[in-house]
Amino acid sequence: MSATVKVDMTVNGTGTSADVEPRLLLAHYLRDVVGLKATNIGCDTTSCGACTVLVDGESVKSCTVLAVQADGTSVTTMEGLEEAHPVTAAFRAEHGLQCGFCTPGMVMASVGLLSENPTPTEREVREGLEGNLCRCTGYHNIVRAVLAASGQDPQAATAHPSRSGA
Amino acid sequence: MIPVGFEYARPGSVDEALALLTEHGEDATVLAGGHSLLPVMKLRLAAPELVIDIGRLPELSYITVDGDEVAIGAGTRHSTVETSSVLATECPLLPAVAATVGDPQVRHRGTLGGSLAHADPASDLPAAVLALGGDVVLRSTRGERKVPITSFYTGVFSTVKEPDELIVEIRVPRTGTAGWAYEKFNRRANDWAIVGVAVVDGRVGLVNMGSTPLRASTTEAALADGASIADAAALADQRTDPPADLTATADYRRHLARILTKRALTTAAG
Repeated sequence: MSATVKVDMTVNGTGTSADVEPRLLLAHYLRDVVGLKATNIGCDTTSCGACTVLVDGESVKSCTVLAVQADGTSVTTMEGLEEAHPVTAAFRAEHGLQCGFCTPGMVMASVGLLSENPTPTEREVREGLEGNLCRCTGYHNIVRAVLAASGQDPQAATAHPSRSGA
Repeated sequence: MIPVGFEYARPGSVDEALALLTEHGEDATVLAGGHSLLPVMKLRLAAPELVIDIGRLPELSYITVDGDEVAIGAGTRHSTVETSSVLATECPLLPAVAATVGDPQVRHRGTLGGSLAHADPASDLPAAVLALGGDVVLRSTRGERKVPITSFYTGVFSTVKEPDELIVEIRVPRTGTAGWAYEKFNRRANDWAIVGVAVVDGRVGLVNMGSTPLRASTTEAALADGASIADAAALADQRTDPPADLTATADYRRHLARILTKRALTTAAG
């Protein structure tokens, strides 16, 4: 076994510290060392986005980041969002989840997207969430939720002139 | 999936990183963003004894105009390339291609130097730098050398970089208003290109048409001789050796290369 390395990172505003093996993934640090289970591990291959968290405000897939790479950073998981966070509120209001497995990653990717682009178009939302898979295929309501969270009317923002009326 | 155990070093400077590479050589691997390296370590296709983390060295992250070139630090992340106002003006092909890599989470971590070093022929950025005719700057404790990207790649996942060398910089020409385009064909979001074609200033770079990124040299020669876009693009798969896999046959890739080259040349011609 390789020598352990001490990591210090702020998780949801609280300082955490542990001696870890360098090969420990950030997703496992959050779930098994810190004990925060919202962050799901889906594909484990950087494809599905279920493990998305924010590192220093930027969305990353925590199954493809070592805990030691996040040493000294500030990490936000879904547990770190306040109950009335506009993105979680919008997912609730717009029915942006079905089974819920992808939801923590989808929400954190959306928070990251809106921090970089506060009023995205529908297309920008779809492209901004291309790294997150919903196997219930509930994408339409997820996109509506992100548009609503950005303060836009999802009905208007998803209206396609070519498909409306006669 | 858990990587094989390894020792971890996070040098505080490029010089410290080079000293570690000199000491450990082939037993060491450089970690930048980790989005090419960690997947292969998790699959246990790579099991380095020492991982040298250069991912947060500020001296490797920059984009600056230098004479008639743009110099880009090897540790510059794809998201930084994608949103660079300097590159948008001076070399707009590169941010456009960077924007097609993976997904936003991947682009927050992956680096230009890491993508070039990984040498996956299905990657977007190596073919873009090849179309640009850029240079790769390699440094070791023995000194520094500048390798034209045209002679950097030697095969699948292999380059002329020696084990004690680190990519420190990528240099691309200031192409300014010269016509450019990138055509990437895939069927699923967030996937590698089945075939990609980067065009800039009459040069054509091909993604996934051989064991290394390739230039469509026959097409380029035809264009230089005054051939029409349609006639030149019809030659785009000459001197290529595309792979066959679950997503496409070799013949289908040849077809895509011709079609995408025609589209890219047409877009680039404005």
